[in-house]
Amino acid sequence: MSNVTIHAIFDDEVPLLASAKTLRSNGVRIKDVFSPFPVHGLDAAIGLPRTWIAITAFIYGITGTCLATLMMWYMMIHDWPTDIGGKPSMAYFMNVPAFIPITFESTVLCAAHGMAITFYLRCWLVPGAKPKNPDPRTTDDKFMMVIELKEENRSNVESMLRKDGAIEINNNNFKYRN
Amino acid sequence: MHAESEIRDPLILGKKTYHQISEDIVKPIEGKATKQWYMLLTLATICFLWGIGCLCYTIGTGIGVWGSNNGVDWAWDITNFVWWIGIGHAGTLISAVLLLFRQKWRMAINRSAEAMTIFAVMCAAIFVTLHTGRPWLDYWLFPLPNQFGSLWVNFNSPLLWDVFAVSTYFSVSLVFWYTGLVPDFAMIRDRAVKPFAKKMYTLLSMGWGGSARHWSRFEEVSLVLAGLSTPLVFSVHSIVSMDFATSVVPGWHTTIFPPYFVAGAVFSGFAMVLTLLLIMRKVYHLENYITIKHIEYMNIIIIVTGSIVGVAYLTELFISWYSGVEYEQYAFLNRATGPYWWAYAAMMTCNVVSPQVFWVKKLRTNLAFTFVMSIVVNIGMWFERFVIIVPTLCRTFVPSTWNMYHPTFIDIGIFTGTIGMFFTFFLLFTRYFPVIAQAELKSIVKSSGQEHKDLAKHHAH
Repeated sequence: MSNVTIHAIFDDEVPLLASAKTLRSNGVRIKDVFSPFPVHGLDAAIGLPRTWIAITAFIYGITGTCLATLMMWYMMIHDWPTDIGGKPSMAYFMNVPAFIPITFESTVLCAAHGMAITFYLRCWLVPGAKPKNPDPRTTDDKFMMVIELKEENRSNVESMLRKDGAIEINNNNFKYRN
Repeated sequence: MHAESEIRDPLILGKKTYHQISEDIVKPIEGKATKQWYMLLTLATICFLWGIGCLCYTIGTGIGVWGSNNGVDWAWDITNFVWWIGIGHAGTLISAVLLLFRQKWRMAINRSAEAMTIFAVMCAAIFVTLHTGRPWLDYWLFPLPNQFGSLWVNFNSPLLWDVFAVSTYFSVSLVFWYTGLVPDFAMIRDRAVKPFAKKMYTLLSMGWGGSARHWSRFEEVSLVLAGLSTPLVFSVHSIVSMDFATSVVPGWHTTIFPPYFVAGAVFSGFAMVLTLLLIMRKVYHLENYITIKHIEYMNIIIIVTGSIVGVAYLTELFISWYSGVEYEQYAFLNRATGPYWWAYAAMMTCNVVSPQVFWVKKLRTNLAFTFVMSIVVNIGMWFERFVIIVPTLCRTFVPSTWNMYHPTFIDIGIFTGTIGMFFTFFLLFTRYFPVIAQAELKSIVKSSGQEHKDLAKHHAH
């Protein structure tokens, strides 16, 4: 039997969440959900793993700290040590209090931009990208569940969806990217 | 869903469906601009162009055209820089600090406050780039490999910390703001009818679709950016204050400067947010989203930060007396009773005395009064920076260098120009960008909307 993808539309997040729970407990795989705003509890309801993006921010941040440290050590201590206001640049550890602000700024700069770039690329949000929602109503007030199932289960799943409050069930004719 | 006590005032008034929120937020963008909007834009653009003229004249002739002189070598340039940077702080505070504290009332105001931050930092940047004297050589501020005998920038200097702090602050705020805008641009894109508008919003929304994975990343990114921006916003104004505090000038060389500057920044920033929002809610009919309660919350922050600023002024006076250092004592005596006593008096009245009236509930919920007060506070905060800089520099250690400072029309012109630029950008923002973070707002309809609150009250009885 072949797999089909269907779109179930809801007009509120409460039946959407209830329906997601019913479907999951019946072993139906929910491919994705499109919603106008982040629905709390949905990630768990459809079984999404927690995102790693905060960890990348930490790694970018540490990189920023290292880059700033290396830069200031090289420029102020190694390459051209100068005596500024009677405070000679002898060793990194002696100058470090004055280097803290820039180390901090560099950490934040790298963490924030690194994470943002990762976010935009990972979600493929780039200038010129085609809208990723199959139904334009899902950025306004509708919620859409994308379900992949076997043809034979279809009527069963559809009746479950209707019972939980889906207002429309459509066939997929959208080409998903990413 | 997050439960909220029904006795808390609702943050969204009236019966609002998700669709109604989209309609209300998009109305100013899809509708025709009003006559007032064109009039304001014309006025702002004229000021902006006048400022550009004065700016070009300064670049062409040199900063000798300013009123700054040998003794008072920092004057309106740095006053305006610190003032604008300070105004910028409320935007980040609202979107980052209030996000970390889970304050839902931020959702109606964070978008325009962040826009304000970005435009204010742009205005501030004009002054710092100009005050170097030869702005075409401003790339020397960056640690670039060069042919001057590998002479690097001085990382021990607060002036360089400022370069890093302000540029980091600007770029991170911009990313924070834009990331929040993406889902809202997508909403406008999906309902746009005109082909050009559709094309533009498609480009701006970069393909956002609102899938569950993307929302979960989006929320994590917002939270982490808020976590990063919170110390950032405190660091930026602390570093700005260190431009003064690490010097040996009496009246500047004080450890109280960083917290005092940060409190002042938040104070003036909230005042500017109020000035802008009070007009915006009226013109774009957003009274149901930016409610009297929102205004009251902001006024409460004005009292708190205004009082912190007041305590800082008094502490400065006490410490200068207690230190027993005559130069320090003279610096403060000169501020209060010297040739610029009127600036000091204006600062004290506008910043310390006037916000205290907000203890009266009737006044802090009165819109017209709040509007006037927000302007008073901004004038007061401008005078604070002026008082720190000019009266101090006009009476330093050597009496032979004592002289007065008078702004020239170029000084006034560039300042007027930045105000024009700020309002030009802000007016364009309100016309083409969603002024309220509608996606976020939709997520609190059920917990903080009036309809649902009334329903909950009804069930409880």
